[in-house]
Amino acid sequence: MHAANKGFGKVLAVHIGVIAGFFILQFIVPPFHAAMLTRIMVLATYAIGYNILLGYTGLMSLGHAMFFATGLYAAGLSVIYYGLPPLEALLLAILLSAVMSAAMGAITLRTSGVFFLIVTMIFSQVFFLTTLYFNVITGGEEGLVLTRYLKPISLGLFSVELTDSAVKYNFALIIFAIAFLFSLWLTRSPVGRVLVAIRENEERAEMLGYNIYKYKLLAFTMSGTISGMAGAAYALAFAYIGSALASILYSINPLLWTLLGGAGTTIGPIIGTGLMIYIIDFTSGITTSYLIVVGVTLMLLVLAFPPGIVGAIRRRWLRWLP
Amino acid sequence: MVSGDKISRRKALKAISNAAAAGAIVGAGVVGAIGGFMAGSTTGGAQQTVTETRTREVTKTVTATETVTAGAPTGGNPIKIGFEVHRTGIGAVYGKWYERTTLAAVNLINEMGGIDGRPIELIIEDDGTDPQRGAQVVEKFALEHKVDFILGALFSNVVLAAAPRAGELKIPYFAVSEGYHVPSGKLNRYSFQPGITDVRSQTQAVAGWIVENLGKKITMIFPDYAFGYNHRDWFGKAARDLGGEILELIPIPPTETTFTKYFPKVPADTEVLYHVMVGPAVLTFVKEMGEFFGAKRPEIFGFIDSLEGVAIDSPGLEFLEGTYFWEAFPRYLDGYDTPYHRFFREKVGVDENGADVNDPKSVATYSHMFSCWETLFIIKETVEQSGYTRRSPEDYRAFIETLENFRWFNEGNQHPQGAKLFNGRLHQCFGQQFISRVENGRLKTVYRTKIEDSVYESDVDYTKQPL
Repeated sequence: MHAANKGFGKVLAVHIGVIAGFFILQFIVPPFHAAMLTRIMVLATYAIGYNILLGYTGLMSLGHAMFFATGLYAAGLSVIYYGLPPLEALLLAILLSAVMSAAMGAITLRTSGVFFLIVTMIFSQVFFLTTLYFNVITGGEEGLVLTRYLKPISLGLFSVELTDSAVKYNFALIIFAIAFLFSLWLTRSPVGRVLVAIRENEERAEMLGYNIYKYKLLAFTMSGTISGMAGAAYALAFAYIGSALASILYSINPLLWTLLGGAGTTIGPIIGTGLMIYIIDFTSGITTSYLIVVGVTLMLLVLAFPPGIVGAIRRRWLRWLP
Repeated sequence: MVSGDKISRRKALKAISNAAAAGAIVGAGVVGAIGGFMAGSTTGGAQQTVTETRTREVTKTVTATETVTAGAPTGGNPIKIGFEVHRTGIGAVYGKWYERTTLAAVNLINEMGGIDGRPIELIIEDDGTDPQRGAQVVEKFALEHKVDFILGALFSNVVLAAAPRAGELKIPYFAVSEGYHVPSGKLNRYSFQPGITDVRSQTQAVAGWIVENLGKKITMIFPDYAFGYNHRDWFGKAARDLGGEILELIPIPPTETTFTKYFPKVPADTEVLYHVMVGPAVLTFVKEMGEFFGAKRPEIFGFIDSLEGVAIDSPGLEFLEGTYFWEAFPRYLDGYDTPYHRFFREKVGVDENGADVNDPKSVATYSHMFSCWETLFIIKETVEQSGYTRRSPEDYRAFIETLENFRWFNEGNQHPQGAKLFNGRLHQCFGQQFISRVENGRLKTVYRTKIEDSVYESDVDYTKQPL
């Protein structure tokens, strides 16, 4: 414990450095890559949320699209139908995602292992089909465009528009930074340590007197809430909501991003998300069979770095990385 | 040639010098437009002799993000057009033929001398039929490739995700979708759909013929999501306005794999069964419909979207014999045998039966893919009339205002599907539709609607939006 605290300055510096790096990159990289980074930061936030459950609690969900989409639809529909300003819509989405994930966690955590995987997937599919069923409201698979409903974000003396690329970038950066620093705080907190204990040996943690179900539920709720926040940020930044973003693909994606970057590391989900998005963008320009290339690349990376890229780095060189 | 209320500001002399090469394209101009309005009879387009510009057949398959400038004139900076295509994902069948059609049009335009003397440089990106990636591709076109225009997507969800980003980046985006998104007012000043009619106008155009010829008592079977709802709402309204009666609405969930339980819901006094099922389950749908109704079936009318890329004489589709389909452009040449249609088929490499000239089993998505061809020629004409030269707010303003002022795209080799009436406020075209009957395992076109059948009123006015 003492040793860990001693190294915290280094850990904090790395994390602040990552955020500062993203901030500086917007002034350096060409506009297209700034746009890519905007997307990566929003989706990395989703992966950070997912990582709390998979990486720090050891629970693999295949239903997180449900939470991403809860935030997406809560923000998007409140902007379209109730005219909420972006920040209010974001807060509402975070609140609803918390409620949704707590409720889903209360049900799904009664199962474990592969059953947990299947039950989360089933609930997520129900959510997906619900977005199709209530097509008149949600726009279904076609989706809805937010652009003409999005109000400026008021910042006291002046206001900014989310349609502006720089505003979009920094909005994504703030959302990402909140999730990133929260995940760092969590790993250092007593709650986070209990979660890791549950991941490592659930029975032992239970014998030590911890209420496993309560801690899992807390992790599930935190994970779902951050995923929902990412969904809301997606809707607001990219002005589109649609059922495709609630499909099973968007449950699989954060799993892959997290595994690639390193489950149970704070930085891993960011590396995994960024790498995957760039690999897809690059390989799709080379071959129509790019998903095969992506799959083979993933397999090779996982074989070379079983704990993920950052996980491997931590194991071999930087053991102090959280 | 495209005509508009706005007279060409310049390039008249250049147009004349290009006329020899473009002779086939210039074709029948005004005559074509009149032909469009004279439709509404049994099909058979005007037979006119045109001088064809011989270009090599396009059979090239491009398997990567690629810059295509085949047949290009050697002088001038290229006009860059980003082509967002569904090479993978659920839209890949369409994507294959959209790409082929687009390549054919680009080659032809380049061989004609390009756009305003500049070659087209086509940059192709796969969007995976995914809305998230669709918007990303728009960013890549605008910010990395720095294209002048984007030829956009087919699937409505991709269009709806991508077009707003194009609007933010202030780059013209041309949808080739038939979705009711551009004319609905959901998009922005930079989004256009001038090369294909939308589903609202399509359903409205065929409703009159259905009510008059097949029956007034109609039951609709449609997928229980947006595509089906468009049909339910717009066809239902049009049919009722014309004296028809919708007896029953039968929505079918998108996950359904068997349909037997839905057919008993069809009222016994149904005269017309209207169906718009799409996706891999459509063969099962047809088979089970046949098993349920047998010989005692009502008249059946469907949209060809269900069977795009599928041979009508495929095993399992026998029950469709004697039923009717909407087509935007007849799959079989004899459905609308005009010189322009023949020219288009030859350039794209499609035989008289709507299949690849080199592979009769590879059936084209023929009712939709012409939109890419026609849209590219509209971009060409608008660039040349507006004086667009480079990516700048001033030039984009001139380009957009010029396009918004177009009124007609006349039938010719540029617009082989037929003349189009363009509404600059809606950024949407209106055109003729075709109704075909399945006879002996092929589609025989029996009716061609008038352009005005498809026109509807709307309060949408994109021209009021700032540029």
